[in-house]
Amino acid sequence: MIQTENLTKKFKTVLAVDNLDLHVKQGEVFGFLGPNGAGKTTTVRMLACLIGPTSGQARVNGFRVGEQDIEIRRTVGILTETPGMYDNLSAEYNLRVFASLYEVKDIPGQVEKYLRMLGLWERRFDEVGTFSKGMKQKLAIARALMHEPRILFLDEPTAGLDPEASRLVRDFIAELRKEGRTIFLCTHNLDEADRLCDRIGVFKSHLLVVDTPARLRAQVFGRKVVFHLRQADQALADRVTALPFVSETKLVDNKLLATLDDPELHNPDILRLLIGAGADVQFVGELRHSLEDVYLRLVKEA
Amino acid sequence: MDKIKTLVRKEWAEVFKNKMVFFTVAFLPLMMVVLPLGILIGMGGAGESIPSDVGEMPAQFSAFCREDLETGECFQVFMVSQFMIMFMIVPLAIPATIAAYSIVGEKTTRTLESILATPITTMELLLGKSLAALIPAVAATYIAFGIYAIGVWVIVRDMRLFTAMVDARWLLAVFLVGPLMALMAVNFSLMVSSRVNDPRVAEQLSMIVILPVVGFFLGQIAGLFVINSNLVLITAAVLVVIDAILVYAAVQLFQRETILTRWK
Ligand SMILES: Nc1ncnc2c1ncn2[C@@H]1O[C@H](COP(=O)(O)OP(=O)(O)OP(=O)(O)O)[C@@H](O)[C@H]1O
Ligand SMILES: [Mg+2]
Repeated sequence: MIQTENLTKKFKTVLAVDNLDLHVKQGEVFGFLGPNGAGKTTTVRMLACLIGPTSGQARVNGFRVGEQDIEIRRTVGILTETPGMYDNLSAEYNLRVFASLYEVKDIPGQVEKYLRMLGLWERRFDEVGTFSKGMKQKLAIARALMHEPRILFLDEPTAGLDPEASRLVRDFIAELRKEGRTIFLCTHNLDEADRLCDRIGVFKSHLLVVDTPARLRAQVFGRKVVFHLRQADQALADRVTALPFVSETKLVDNKLLATLDDPELHNPDILRLLIGAGADVQFVGELRHSLEDVYLRLVKEA
Repeated sequence: MDKIKTLVRKEWAEVFKNKMVFFTVAFLPLMMVVLPLGILIGMGGAGESIPSDVGEMPAQFSAFCREDLETGECFQVFMVSQFMIMFMIVPLAIPATIAAYSIVGEKTTRTLESILATPITTMELLLGKSLAALIPAVAATYIAFGIYAIGVWVIVRDMRLFTAMVDARWLLAVFLVGPLMALMAVNFSLMVSSRVNDPRVAEQLSMIVILPVVGFFLGQIAGLFVINSNLVLITAAVLVVIDAILVYAAVQLFQRETILTRWK
């Protein structure tokens, strides 16, 4: 779907994107994370054929960036970082203009479909200048979808939205994913990335890591299981640590934290040991590091 | 083709909500018509106060004298002709105003990136923008001139005077030079427009194209030359060359990426 090879963009002195090798699969939501100035927007602009790469190659929907730009533009939709609308024209007129530029056949049908889906139908004849930021953002997403693109680039779709509007946009992205569209999502909201993305790439000029959120956690922090006990002591902890598949344990109050590679396989063994030793096990759970912790660790190490 | 039509309509829907643009398109031509007609009415009886001997007149007057005209009438024709030069500002100012707003406007509304993300070709975009400025300019010029011609007839009711004031020279100027001037203004403004970021700056810079007309106005008053059909035809020929160069330059200068990423 999206495949890049040594994709590079240099602005005079700034190397914004440095030899990026990326592969985004059909139908997945790909989270593109990275600090400010990492080159995310620049990458999206190159993939949507808005700016040309300095060197390297990219294929989008099977078309070559730099050679088949018109074909790529026909099959991708983009929500730009700072989307704008014609403020003194109505919402409906705005969409009609872009639907026509995107060569849409049934313009009124498409406009109505997305205005309704995003809850803007009642306000369709109002000038966009009178819309709130969230409404404008939704309208911009509708615009990106007018031509039913197979790939959708979303550059910070929920930036500056209130929790309710963010939720609506997120649910909408989840809907789009169900329709089988490939979504390339740039975001600084790690919780959002965690919930929506099949895979995540952490990026800073070049790609640091790419994997599913779960595997990134495991990779950075290992997997940790918490055993809540009525009464715990160091002797018990030492016995757990002695198990061959446990790499580390920690005792916090009456909670025993064990780090191990495969909890699904080995948790029962640990439980048997604990119960055999006479401990009262109240809860067992996996300790989930937030994606934020993972991200910060990765970016700091880079 | 549909895309160009969409762009032109969008441009009009948007641009005519701008008061400055609306004023230029609606009132400027009207003013340029009302002024010469007003002068004509005002000079209705001026004939006697002018020296009757043609030989005493400055050369720039006498050049307007056809043999069948009386001296006072020559003066009228000269005055009206001065205003007609000013009238030629119309096909320059209207497209300059609209086109200057064109690309910079898309930058300030931040719609340019979204437009460039659609499968529109650079040519379609430029054509749409150009036509959106050209069509109102040419239409306003033609309509205003039509009103002028009717007005002249209503005021003078004399075939001799009418043909002296609405003569081949002005017909050529309006119908041939007018559109060529408009095309020049459009391309110049598009070039300016894609290089600056502030609509007001674009507006002011584009107005430079009006200067040559002012030159003609002053030149004729000073008696440097007399505007006749030949001069009009030469002007048209020069404009054809200038237009060809400007169209080429505008297309070359319109680099999608540069326009998008240059922030000053
Ligand atoms: N038009 C430009 N001219 C010069 N340098 C640019 C231009 N656009 C981006 N850059 C530089 O390229 C680098 C990457 O910018 P980019 O906007 O792609 O970052 P980003 O990852 O999207 O950041 P953010 O999270 O803040 O949106 C930055 O150092 C930036 O200064
Ligand atoms: Mg960005």
